[in-house]
Amino acid sequence: MSDEVFIYVIVFGTLLGTLSLAAVLIWFERRLIGLWQDRLGPNRVGPFGIGLALADILKMFAKEDWIPPFADKFVFIFAPTVVLISMFMGFAVIPWAPGVQIVDLNIGLLFFLGMTSLAVYSVLLGGLSSHNKYSLLGGLRAASQMVSYEVFMGLSLMGVVMLTGSFSLVAIVNAQQNLWFVVSQPLGFFVFLIAGIAESHRLPFDLPEAEHELVAGFHTEYSGMKFGMFMVGEYLGVILISSIVATIFFGGWLGPDFLPPFFWLAIKIFTLICFFVLLRAAIPRPRFDQLMSLGWKIMLPLTLANLLVTGGIVLWTGYQP
Amino acid sequence: MSIELFPFYVAATVSLVSTLLAVSRYSPTHALIYFIISLLATAVVFFLLGAPFAAVLEIMVYAGAIVVLFLFVVMMLNLGSRGDELAHQWLKPKMWIMPSILCLILFFELVYVLSGTSTPITGTAVSPKEVGIQLFGPYVLAVEIASMLLLAALVGAYHLGRRYLSDTRGQS
Repeated sequence: MSDEVFIYVIVFGTLLGTLSLAAVLIWFERRLIGLWQDRLGPNRVGPFGIGLALADILKMFAKEDWIPPFADKFVFIFAPTVVLISMFMGFAVIPWAPGVQIVDLNIGLLFFLGMTSLAVYSVLLGGLSSHNKYSLLGGLRAASQMVSYEVFMGLSLMGVVMLTGSFSLVAIVNAQQNLWFVVSQPLGFFVFLIAGIAESHRLPFDLPEAEHELVAGFHTEYSGMKFGMFMVGEYLGVILISSIVATIFFGGWLGPDFLPPFFWLAIKIFTLICFFVLLRAAIPRPRFDQLMSLGWKIMLPLTLANLLVTGGIVLWTGYQP
Repeated sequence: MSIELFPFYVAATVSLVSTLLAVSRYSPTHALIYFIISLLATAVVFFLLGAPFAAVLEIMVYAGAIVVLFLFVVMMLNLGSRGDELAHQWLKPKMWIMPSILCLILFFELVYVLSGTSTPITGTAVSPKEVGIQLFGPYVLAVEIASMLLLAALVGAYHLGRRYLSDTRGQS
C-alpha cells in the first residue's frame, strides 16, 4: 500500500514540480537575460520581481481566448495539448534519485526519444489548422527542422548506450560512478545539446516562430491560454532536455555524500537551464538554410564518426559494460 | 476472455477501427491523423506482447518521422488558394471527435499498463539487446539488404533533386 502511495507522490510531484518550475522560468529567464545584458529585467512585482510569474499566468487566463473563424476549430484547440502531454510523458522515465522514478523502463531512453518526436505534431497541426500563411510557413519549418535534428539526436546517444549496454536511464546513471559520460563522449554531448535546443525550438534555433520574418510563426493565431500552453510546452521542453542531459552526460543524481542525491541532480539541471538562457542571450539566429546545412553536413557526419570511433574502441579493447 | 487480455483486445480494436477510418477518409489530413492513432495502437499491442523495443521504434520511426513527412507533403500541397478552399471544405470539426476519443482510450490504457501491477499478457519480454543480437546474428543478411535498399533510395533521391535543379537552370 505504501508503495502505491509513494508512486502517486512521485507522479504528482513530477507534474507539479515541472509545471511550477516552467512558470518560474518565465520570470527567471527574463531576469537572467537582463543581468547578462547589463539591465535590471522585471523587478517590480514582489521580491526580486518573482511575482511576475504569477501575474503572467493571471494575464494569460484573463485574456480573450479567440479562435479565428477561418481556423479548423478542433485541431486548433487540440494542437497545444499535444506538446504538453508528450513533454509530461517524457518526464516519466527520468530518475530523480535512486528509486525515485515513475517507471524504470529498459527502453527508457528510446521512450524519451519517442515522446519528443511526437511533440512535433503540436507545432505542425497548430500551423496547419490556423489557415494562415505565416503559421503554415512556421509549421513547415518546424517539421523539417525537428525531423532532421531528431535523426542525430538519437544517434548521438548511441555511444553512451554502447558504453552502458542498456537503454535504461538508471543503468546509464550507475555506469557513471567513475567517470561522467561528458568526458568519455564529448562529441556525443556536443551534438545532443545542439540537437536538444533545436528540438525544443528555443533561440537561437527558434526559426519556426522567428518574429522578424514570420510574425510569430506557428502560433500567430493563438491567444490567451492556448498560446500559454505552447509557451509552457517550450519551457517544459527546456527542463526535459536539461534533465536528460544531466542524467545521461553529467552523472544524474551522483555526487559527493554531503548533499542528498536529488539536490545534485537539481543543481545540474539548474546549471544547464542557465546555459540554455545564456545561449538565448548570446547567439544570433541563423538563416534557415544555414540551420539545415549545419544539421546534415556537420552534425550528422560528426555523430557517425563518433559512433564509428566508439564502436571501434569498444571492439578493440573488448570493453564489457 | 480473461480480464488480463482486455487491454490487448481494446488496443487491437482501436488499431483496426482507426486503420479502417484512415483508409476510408476523403481528406489526406484526416486519413493521416487516423493513421497516427493506428500506429500508436499497434505500438501498444507490441508492448503488450512483450516487444517493448518494437513498440518504441513504431512510435519513433513511423509516428514520429514518416507520418510527419506525409503531413509535410500535405502542407506543401495546401499552399495554393484553391488548396486552402478545398482544405476548408474537408476539415470539418466533427471529424476530430473520433481520433481524440480513440487517443484518450489509448492514453488511459497506456497509463494503466505502465502503472504495472502485472504484465497482462505473460509472454517473455524481449530486451533491446536480444533484438540487436538477433539482427546482427542470424538476420544480418536481411539487415544488409535493407541498408542497400535505403542507400539506393538515398542516391536516387539525390540524383532526382540534382537533375531537377540543373534542368531549371538550363531553361532560365
